[in-house]
Amino acid sequence: MSEVFLNGKFIGTTDNPKSFVDNLIEHRRKGKIHYSINILYDTILNQVHIESSKGRAVRPLIVVKNSKPLLTDKHLEQLEKSEITFSDLVAQGVIEYLDAMEEENALVAFFENEITEKHTHLEILPLVMLGLCTSLVPFANFNQSTRLNAGSKNQKQALGLYVTNFLIRMDMDVNILYTPQLPIVQTVMHNYSEYEKHPAGQNVIVAVLSFDGYNMEDAILVNKGSIERGFSRSSYYRPVITEELRYSGGLTDEISVPDKDVKGYKSEHDYRFLEEDGIIYPEAKVVEGDVIIGKTSPPRFLSSLDEYNLTTSSRRETSMAIKHGEKGVVDFVLVTENEEGNKLVQVRLRDERVPEIGDKFTSRHGQKGVVGMIIPSEDMPFSSSGIVPDILFNPHGIPSRMTMAHLIEMLGGKVGALNGRFIDGTAFDAESTQSLREELHKLGFRENGVETFYNGRTGEQYQAKIYAGNMYYLKLKHMVANKVHARARGPIQLLTRQPTEGRAKEGGLRLGEMEKDTFVAHGTSLLLKERFDSDRTVVPLCEKCGLIAVHDEYKNRSYCPICGDNVEISNIELSYAFKLMLDELKSLGVYPKVKLKEKF
Amino acid sequence: MASNANVFKEYENRIPLQIIEDVKSNLPDKVTAKQLKEIMEEVAEEYSTSLIEPGESVGIVSAESIGEPGTQMTLNTFHFAGVAEMNVTVGLPRIIEILDGRKNIKTPMMEIYLKEPYSKGKDIKKISQSIKQTTLKDLTLEVVVDISEFKVEFTIDLKKKELLDIKDKQLIAVLSKNFRNHTIKQDKDKVIIKPKEKSSNLSDVYKIKDKAKGIFIAGIKRISQVLPVRKDEEFVIITAGSNLKEVLKLDFVDPSRTVTNDIFEIQEILGIEAARQAIINEVYKVIESQGLNVDIRHIMLVADTMCYRGKIRGITRYGVVSEKSSVLARASFETPIRHIINASLVGEIDRLTSVVENVMLNQPIPVGTGLPDLVTKMK
Repeated sequence: MSEVFLNGKFIGTTDNPKSFVDNLIEHRRKGKIHYSINILYDTILNQVHIESSKGRAVRPLIVVKNSKPLLTDKHLEQLEKSEITFSDLVAQGVIEYLDAMEEENALVAFFENEITEKHTHLEILPLVMLGLCTSLVPFANFNQSTRLNAGSKNQKQALGLYVTNFLIRMDMDVNILYTPQLPIVQTVMHNYSEYEKHPAGQNVIVAVLSFDGYNMEDAILVNKGSIERGFSRSSYYRPVITEELRYSGGLTDEISVPDKDVKGYKSEHDYRFLEEDGIIYPEAKVVEGDVIIGKTSPPRFLSSLDEYNLTTSSRRETSMAIKHGEKGVVDFVLVTENEEGNKLVQVRLRDERVPEIGDKFTSRHGQKGVVGMIIPSEDMPFSSSGIVPDILFNPHGIPSRMTMAHLIEMLGGKVGALNGRFIDGTAFDAESTQSLREELHKLGFRENGVETFYNGRTGEQYQAKIYAGNMYYLKLKHMVANKVHARARGPIQLLTRQPTEGRAKEGGLRLGEMEKDTFVAHGTSLLLKERFDSDRTVVPLCEKCGLIAVHDEYKNRSYCPICGDNVEISNIELSYAFKLMLDELKSLGVYPKVKLKEKF
Repeated sequence: MASNANVFKEYENRIPLQIIEDVKSNLPDKVTAKQLKEIMEEVAEEYSTSLIEPGESVGIVSAESIGEPGTQMTLNTFHFAGVAEMNVTVGLPRIIEILDGRKNIKTPMMEIYLKEPYSKGKDIKKISQSIKQTTLKDLTLEVVVDISEFKVEFTIDLKKKELLDIKDKQLIAVLSKNFRNHTIKQDKDKVIIKPKEKSSNLSDVYKIKDKAKGIFIAGIKRISQVLPVRKDEEFVIITAGSNLKEVLKLDFVDPSRTVTNDIFEIQEILGIEAARQAIINEVYKVIESQGLNVDIRHIMLVADTMCYRGKIRGITRYGVVSEKSSVLARASFETPIRHIINASLVGEIDRLTSVVENVMLNQPIPVGTGLPDLVTKMK
């Protein structure tokens, strides 16, 4: 007798678990119970588990009966003629979905010729064990699994054509690649996923060699000529959105060119692009600080006096301006209404992104790297047939990572480019390297893919033969233009007078606790003080009570609010954060008395 | 030779005696006083260049030198070694345990070295068993609680009793000492405990059972496991649990080499200097076992800091940090409010003599270039 569980809950027992389970599965194949229900007979615990819950990962397999797959040539014929579809096969019980649990009871054959009497299922294609992104990696079975993980993760960050209606969309933070291409080396998944409708990379010629040291530590070198011909050019789109909010008392925001007497008025120059309606015009080239949508808001707190005096002068400036470090061209202006009936203005900015040093690129094998240098076309190495590579890839990236597929893709890409055909690189079912080599040989190249290369500057032939070929390269969304940041002087926080934090606020790079320790360890006491001078202040201090005194600029004299005029008051230098701490201690009822002493 | 002694005497104030002794023992047979003078000058020169400069931030340098490899230790090591019963805390948890000065360490352990005939393996099994703490539970095969008769019956493992050399008399004596108002009877392998006055409460009889199980009969308290191992040509007993005081009393133990990893026990029995050395040894052992390389002087500095008050204090807010003279420095470490409030209650004065306070005020810190001061008042 064994126990039966439905979704983990005990529902009864059965005396003959084997036939009970077989019977249930038979019913499922006939369509009497839903195809997503899975049944397991656990022989060790002698329990039957039936699962119908949500969120299980299931995968399709061909049912094998009496050592014969149920999927026949007839089915394939019908499929080709579109007489039946995949779901018909599921309904017929030819294909069924197994979850991780029921797979424990199944023995799955990889290929048809491997089927023995013990097998219960046949893999539709070995590729289905991989996810969508991973099955887009050509020759994936030649790679280490960690590299496939990295590779498929990278593909998700690639720039491409994410939708075709991007021109009428207001997406946040998106990129469009200018001239995307289909990969020469493909997998069947490129077909099935309709990759031609949303390609995400470009075919480039890659030579594997180090060059001047600018491609060490995974960097890549890009041919300047290639960039000028449009390699990996893309557009970055970002909307600026604002609405006319309504406040209590019938006050509203107003989208318009702000008056000069508005609180916080920037400068006439900043508003120069605004038209009469307070909105910028399309194709205006904007830089940091330029106002895109002019807006004013009513004052935050209405004092009793203001109520009788509601002039425009008390309104605040709340325009949308370009943030620090950003630039672009106004692409599209949309004026509409939101759900609450407020006026909504959306302005889309576009910024052309030409590959530059620091932009991130990757092949489909987790071989990511940033551009280390852009080499003038005339300095690039060239092959004996006059081919100048687009990208120089450092050979040191290969041995430790063991991405053989990277090398095979280069070979395949070369054959495909020379022969004008696509190469099938489907995992476990790809064109053999051997045949690719032979084909390359017939095309008049060395069958191992290496070529004679010449130094672009001296014209000398390189002693080593250079491995070169065609690859599909992806530009990733991490671009320096979004990240570069440096500061010498700049804004400070109101409370602490220390520099602000973060790129958007033009912040400083923090010299933290541990960095401070290094200065102490070096004994560079005065250098440390200088580094921490960012919030340095000079304050008058009453020597009688030891509290901070007041300096009257008007009368040019200092006095202590507690002890009066007849006390010694000295100016002392300290960090503003410490002064703040003294104030906070005072607010806690702790008396922080500062005693001064002659230093010398 | 007399003149050589004079030369040595000359240097006694300039270099440590230990170094002079080293020179003496390594000196070739025939050395003239003039040559010796030259040698000693060289030694003194070398010694003075090896000294730490005044104002060097030895503390921070030590902290960084231990802390930097320490961060790697959290990532890529096992923190425990050995099998389930005989495991040892190693790695970062062990270092934290030592430096925090925890009284109750996770895995106390002893390494007991033996005197001559025993160290060669004589009666090794017997003596190691005799060290192990034995309770009645360890000797018992079966316990029967007889509710009708109101008694507890222990079936004793006779073989084990034999091995541990426990006499019946001894067993009875220990039990009757612990159960004063009970009758203890023994019948071959059975020991029966029965209360003299009949109690009506059933739970009493169970209490007897639980109490009796834990009664210590033989061996050394707190030594829960023993493991005799061979260590280069001699037998050493490794134990789980530590009791240095009792172990050192045993006549087959070599007291000069036997060690425990319980630093507080060492402090109590052998004194603070031994404890300091124990801290150094234990920390260094961990660092070495991880294949890291930290100069032993950094660890010595930490050990000195922990021990210079005559008793071990951990590097915690209750230990070393609580004795910092600066309020601000203490407040910036942990529990700032407590320190500030306590300081304000007694009107504590912070003289800004150390590093942390001066960083807070943005004043030059008194180390390195910030240390030298003008002594003479310029007029």
